[in-house]
Amino acid sequence: MIHLPIVKAADRQFEADPNNAPKDDLREELFQLEKEGELEVIRVPDNYIELKTKYGRIKKIPVEKTWHHKSCGQCGHIPGYSSSIFWLNRQFGLDYHDPTDQTSCTAWNYYASATSNPEAQAAVAIRNFAAAHEVGYFPLIHCGTSFGHYKEVRHALVHQHGLRRKVRKIMERLGKKLVIPEEIVHYSEWVLAMKDRIAERQTVDMSNITATVHPACHYHKLIEEDAIYDSEIYGAQRTAIITGTLQALGINVGDYSTWYDCCGFGFRHILVSRDFSRSFSVQRKIEVMKEEVNPDVTVTHDTGCVTTLDQSQFAGRAHDKKVGIPVMSDSQIAALAMGAHPYKVLQLHWHNADNKPFLEKLGFDVDKIWSEFQAEVDLIKAGKKDFMTWEDAEK
Amino acid sequence: MMALDLSQNKHADVSYDEKERLFDEVKADERWHHVLYGCYECGICVASCPSARFYDFSPRLIAQAVAREDADLIYTLMSDSIWDCSQCFSCDRCPRQNSPGQIITIMREVAVRNGLGTAKEALQGYGRIIYKIMLTGSQVSPDMLQPDAFPDWGTHVYEIAENLEEWRKALPPETLHTTETGWVIDDKTIIELYLIWHMTGVMDLIEGVDEGLYDIIVDVMEERLEEAGYDDVTFD
Repeated sequence: MIHLPIVKAADRQFEADPNNAPKDDLREELFQLEKEGELEVIRVPDNYIELKTKYGRIKKIPVEKTWHHKSCGQCGHIPGYSSSIFWLNRQFGLDYHDPTDQTSCTAWNYYASATSNPEAQAAVAIRNFAAAHEVGYFPLIHCGTSFGHYKEVRHALVHQHGLRRKVRKIMERLGKKLVIPEEIVHYSEWVLAMKDRIAERQTVDMSNITATVHPACHYHKLIEEDAIYDSEIYGAQRTAIITGTLQALGINVGDYSTWYDCCGFGFRHILVSRDFSRSFSVQRKIEVMKEEVNPDVTVTHDTGCVTTLDQSQFAGRAHDKKVGIPVMSDSQIAALAMGAHPYKVLQLHWHNADNKPFLEKLGFDVDKIWSEFQAEVDLIKAGKKDFMTWEDAEK
Repeated sequence: MMALDLSQNKHADVSYDEKERLFDEVKADERWHHVLYGCYECGICVASCPSARFYDFSPRLIAQAVAREDADLIYTLMSDSIWDCSQCFSCDRCPRQNSPGQIITIMREVAVRNGLGTAKEALQGYGRIIYKIMLTGSQVSPDMLQPDAFPDWGTHVYEIAENLEEWRKALPPETLHTTETGWVIDDKTIIELYLIWHMTGVMDLIEGVDEGLYDIIVDVMEERLEEAGYDDVTFD
């Protein structure tokens, strides 16, 4: 009998070695192009936290001086997603900028309809980066698709001289420089980097909560070498994003067999062919989570994923599918753990699947917190105040 | 499941030369040499693909058709299957480093640029989104949450639509008190966006798929550009 040195997969330790990475470090090429006068690199501000990427390279995550590149889908349809990110920054007293000199990345449209081209996509990205640089802040990208797309744009601009030339010419017409960030940073990386500080200030016990996690395709499948991995999370075989944050908050993260699957968003499909999005989301994600884990909540970190996983459940319920899982972002969960108001800050009334059982399990009196929010709305309706302020949200 | 139309009854057939010309446009794209390296026929891309589960769609078929330079099949796929793709790039886990999703991105651009009838069909109902993104720089907005647009999202869409103005004002970040855009966007920023559309020829693509929509968008853009002092910028 031949004895082979078989090691059980579960016992194998995977340590990523950046010296043996199968892909080059794009940042080295970026700095070389800067030396050659081709572009300017926006440096990560001094106050940063180091995380590791898929091949063990260090990625600098800025703690403050962040320029919040907002998401059209988050701000438009699930605005508590964005307000939770800002609330966290305010709680830590961090210097951040919420710009009005910002467009969306326009990549949702590009992936949906192809009514754009690489020059336009790159120019939109660089215009936004330049706007951040001009006011002395570093871009922090809220949307998973913007994040993935900007990584693609950066990659293309580094490797395609012709594209750089075209975009530089456009920027000259706009009176802007061709600037590219040293790191493309997603907000959920910031949340993960801040997890211990968030956990230190946790006021809501979440140890009785079980969650499932859905990582966004455009976060870890596009330019996959730039996503965050951690040998202590899934043995570095999957991205550590979201899961690392939830575990730091004491939440039990349940595994399910369709973890890698997309949510069904489809870009074009969610807008004009939603039968596909609904079917995929319910049958391949929600029902599988329900069957295999039966979580209290599912947590994701992208516009399209929250939207599709949450909104698709209404039709699923009508067809007696096994649905009924509230869907939230990691920023909302982190803010909730630190005591943010579920309606004033998390704005959960914009979400679809019933989140009351989840809130009640955490000890919230749902009627009471809803009436607190409704009181603010009543004042606005009565013309007694123009807006709900951050101070109002803290009451 | 909708079957892939190999009979070519659903879209107009064209000459073989025209099919080759379209494929040459795909191959001329600067990304082309980084999205296709060969195919093991392992099927990993199909196993990862959400669209393959619900449509007669295969990322492997796309990769193999372009690798074989089968202009007939490529034209059929360009006239049908490419619009089934979810653009999630799950297929990027290909062991040969192919990216069927990126191949499709390029094929879609060629289909739109050449005004293929099936591209117009695929984008039916999508015009209001193009209108929003081109003119406001924001793909979706709060005021799009209307029951007739999202009937399958249930009764809470009624509640949002009824309370939209007040609920937007009950958001703590000052930039989010908007209904027509996701956040407050400066006029200067919008003008810069229009100049980008102008300099990159993007509006020509929209003219190819929807001339009426193009006229409406261009009218608005030219008026605002003129007000901002860009009298010389026209889209004709």
